Formats: sequence, structure tokens, C-alpha cells
Amino acid sequence: MATERTNSPEVVLVTGVSRFLGAQVAARLAARPEVGRVFGLDAYAPSAEIAALLGGVDVIQADLRAADQILGDLRVGAVAHLAVISSPDQARGGRTAMKEQNVIGTMQLLAACQQAPALRRLVVRSSTAAYGASFRDPAVFTEDTEPREVPRGGYARDILDIEAYVRGFRRRRPDVAATVLRFAPFIGTTAETSLLHYLARPTVPTVIGRDPRLQFVHVDDAMEILVRSVLEDHPGTFNVAGPGVLTLSQAVRRAGRLAVPLPEQGLSLAAATGRRVISHDQVDLFVHGRVVDVSRLIQEFGFVPRSTPTAFDEFVRSHTDGAVVTPERLAAAENAFLQMIERVRGARGVTA
Amino acid sequence: MSEDDVWDRRVASGLAFLRRRLSGQYDVDEFGFDKELTEGVFHPMLRVLQRDWFRTEITGGKHVPVDGGALIVGNHSGTVALDALMLAIACHDESEGHRHLRLLGADFVFKMPGVSELARKSGATLACTPDAERLLRTGELVGVFPEGFKGVGKPFKDRYKLQRFGRGGFVSAALRTGVPIVPAAIVGAEEIYPLIGDIKPLARVLGTPYFPVTPTFPWLGPLGLVPLPSKWLIEFGEPIPTDDLADAADDPMVVFNLADQVRETIQQMVHGLLERRPDPFSQ
Repeated sequence: MATERTNSPEVVLVTGVSRFLGAQVAARLAARPEVGRVFGLDAYAPSAEIAALLGGVDVIQADLRAADQILGDLRVGAVAHLAVISSPDQARGGRTAMKEQNVIGTMQLLAACQQAPALRRLVVRSSTAAYGASFRDPAVFTEDTEPREVPRGGYARDILDIEAYVRGFRRRRPDVAATVLRFAPFIGTTAETSLLHYLARPTVPTVIGRDPRLQFVHVDDAMEILVRSVLEDHPGTFNVAGPGVLTLSQAVRRAGRLAVPLPEQGLSLAAATGRRVISHDQVDLFVHGRVVDVSRLIQEFGFVPRSTPTAFDEFVRSHTDGAVVTPERLAAAENAFLQMIERVRGARGVTA
Repeated sequence: MSEDDVWDRRVASGLAFLRRRLSGQYDVDEFGFDKELTEGVFHPMLRVLQRDWFRTEITGGKHVPVDGGALIVGNHSGTVALDALMLAIACHDESEGHRHLRLLGADFVFKMPGVSELARKSGATLACTPDAERLLRTGELVGVFPEGFKGVGKPFKDRYKLQRFGRGGFVSAALRTGVPIVPAAIVGAEEIYPLIGDIKPLARVLGTPYFPVTPTFPWLGPLGLVPLPSKWLIEFGEPIPTDDLADAADDPMVVFNLADQVRETIQQMVHGLLERRPDPFSQ
């Protein structure tokens, strides 16, 4: 069984390769000698920057319906489903297209997977948004926590649908090792999510009277877990987050930004009407925060992601441009003040 | 000269504290507990209230375990849950291990903007089984008031009569994690805001469990928020071990009996303290 657990699939299909995460995972898999071929499936053509990553990957530009044919013809042994979008992209059809891809796309892909006889492993990108947001939530979510109510955020609702489809798939194909990875928001020098864009602004709108606890996962650690889930059997659902916590106010201070507290109703209104300003998913995160337990991940993979504060500091170092209050400036002000006291004291001593 | 030095050191440490706070260089645990802020800001403020305003006498500090998980169970009263904060500072100052009491609060506390964050930063979390057991398993000292709103919001005429102890969830949590239960009695909190009335419609509008009317609130406006300077006594009782009952955590009979035993113990301790304090506003 030990060999069975680690035998690598000959052919791998990765969805969502027009984005950074999918492209990186596909490229890493293609670079592994034990993997024969890697196919990348995406409805959109990768940009020049991302295409450069996709050296050994056969990119197929088609929507997820095409998975049916690919899985049948190419005897795919493992599927990594990363074509799950966390925030609407106005250039790619906004929220409608996002939901279409997240929910309908996953449904179609899993329907195809169910018919694929050679399939042994399925890895699905999920999110800690699966836990919803409520005042009656426990402080730390384990994988067994059920959301208390259907979340209002579009992404969170998509995630619940996606996980429901995977549950159905597991029932119908118990022979396939299905791994669901619930990722905390990504962070890193290159991870450009809408949440990070938000935190990179010189002033960061927050919610009055709320200081949520946040967790991030470094994108390199996320990729490590994804690649290993494709190469080894790790059936089950796992939280993937950096241990430790930063509060939003702390994150804003560490990044040297200024927090601008706004009433929750105002932000909700902006989420309901505005297009790009802020989403319900983000407002809920900024009110309730979200912290998960990662002991199951560490036990199963024998791998500890770098901590949330460490991962965040790495992000801060690469985004110093918008910083208003830097640690150096604070230290300089502190020194100047102490020296001033000494000077005043010295002057007094002389006159006395 | 040495006086100047002391002053200098204070200014320097104050500035360093400010710099750490402003640059976010401090640690917060997964429940949101900010130890530096609690010890540096909350505790000094609470100590003034406890020592100078309420003239609190604390006994039985040796019963608080020096390390490892334990559940401190107290009686709840006073319209505003100041007793929880006073119990926390008593635990920290009087216990041998200078332990931080991690309070369990009602969901109402975590719904209120501002209050919710103060609660989390001071180490409190929602009163629910997963949080309680997680804290106890990691060896924390957890504080709970099983009477809940029935205790804090009871009329003044019912003072020092312990209310019903809910479903005994706190006992199950202690049994499942095998930690001792330490009973704690608090006397003095009943007199700080004597509750003589409750405007229910207003409470419904505000979404609070009750809208208190005291001899000074709301008549005196913000002045009515000043707690009356009653004399406080806090006593920690002998720990009740639970490790021999680990298998009985789901047995309702065992849970109810143990909850009753804890309630009776605290009630007896309260009576004992009241005898020591015949005048609620004595020095």
C-alpha cells in the first residue's frame, strides 16, 4: 500500500492555468521526472507573463466542458481543479462569469471525472470561506465545523456549492482519492488577490468597532501542498493556512498603512452597489475574521506552512511603496524624542 | 539624579511600547488575546477599580492551579458584567502562576462593535463547546458564569440567590478535557447597579437582553453609569477534580449532579462571605 500511496500519475490535468496559481502548479508538476504529461485547461489564453511559466505544459484553451473529452482520450490519472475564482474579474465577465465558472464549471468537470476510468486522484481548490461568517461561530474552525447560515458573499456560496459537488463525487467514485484544500487568503510577493490589493493601498478602509483576526497562507506553501496532493494520496478535506494570527489593525500597522474605520452599513452598501470597491465576502471577513485549525494538515502532510505573521512580513517587504508609517520612521521619532529630553535635561543641568 | 533615571526609564519604556503598538510588532493568539495590551493597559485600569473603588479582598488564591487547564466557575451579578473583569484581575494578581483568565462570553458580547474587540483582546471568547475545550486542552485557565443573563440581569431583591445553571455545558467541557473545576464566589457586584426595573420594549429595540433601570440610571444620564462603591469580597474554593469522570461527559445525570454540586458550593461560599460583610458599603 505504501507504494500505491505515493505512485505518481502518468498524466495530469490542471484547470485554471491562465492564472498564476494554476500555471505555477502545472509547471512544477511538468518539471517532475515521475510525471509523464501535464495538460493545462483554461477558457482564457494565458498572458505572455504566465505563458512563459508554462514551458512543459500542453495548454488546451477551452471551457471545462471539454474535460469530458480530454479525460476520456488521454487517460488522465489525476485532476487538479484550480479554476476557482475568488473575486469577480470585470475583464472576464464579472460576477456572472465567475459563478458560471466556479459552480457550473466544477459540476461539468466532476461529471467528466466520474466517467474517467483511469482517474485515481482529484484535488479541488476550496477556501476557508466555506465556514461562513456569524457571531455565533467558534473562534477557530476545524474541518468538521458546519457553517451556521448560508453566507451572503458570492464566493462563499460558490465554495459551498463546489464542496457539495465533491461530496457527491466521493459517494459515486470511492476509488478516487479526493482532496479538498480549504485555503486561507493567499499572500506572497507575487500573489495579487483583491484582498492584497486592498491592503496595499495607502489607506485601508476597515469597519468601525471591528478588528477581525486574519490568517493567510503563503502562495509557495499552497503550491507545495497542491503538488503533493497530486503526487501522493491524501484523501480528505484540509484547512491550509499559516499558523498564527494577525488582526486587521495589526496587519495595517505592520504594512505601514493607515486604517480608515467606516460604518459597516456603508461598506455593505458599497458591496451591494459598487462593482470593484469591496465585496460582501470582504465585508464579512472584515467584520468576523476567520481563523482555522491546521493540525490535520500538518499531521497528514508532515509539512508546516510558514506562519501568518511571517508570510505577511514577506508581503510587506515587497510592497513598501505605499507605506506611510514605517518602523524606521517610528524608531527615528522615538530616538529624536529621547535625545530631545536628554538635551533639555543637559541644558537645565548647566544653568542650575 | 536617581529619580531622573527612574523617570527616564519610564519614558523610554513607554515610547518603546508605543512604537511596538504603532508598528504592529506584538503577538495575538488565535482567539485574539493580546497579552501585551492586556497587561500594559487593561490590567492597570481594572486594578484601580478593584483596589481603590471596590476595596476588594481576595482569598483562596492558592486554589487557582499554578499551571495546566482549569475551569473557574463564578456567580454572576451586577447588571453590567464587571464581576467577570474583577475575577480575571483577581486570578492574575492573586494566583501563584499569575494566570490570565480566559472568559467565556455570550454571543451578544461579540455582536456589539467595539465591545467585541475589547473582549477578544482581553482574552475572552464565545461561550461555546469548541472554544472552551480548545482553551482547556491547551492548558488555559477558563472562566465561566453558567447563570448567564439570568444572573447578571436579575432584580435587586433576588441578590445573592444563584440562578439555574443552564444545561451544564461547562461540566461536560471540564469532564471531556479532564480539568478541575474551581468554584469562585463574588460578593459586592450585586450592589454596583441595583436593578429595580427593566424596560423590555427598549431592550427589544436595542437588541439587548434587558434595559436596566437602577436608582441612578437612566435618571442621572452618564453619571448613572458610575458603579456604586460597594465593598467586594472574592473567594476561590477548593478545586473539584474531574479526571475520574472522563467517560461520563455525555451522561446527563452525572453532568447535572456535578453542576448542582458546584452551584451549591458557590452558594455556600457566597453566604459565608456575606456574613463577613454585614454592611455592603463598609470600608
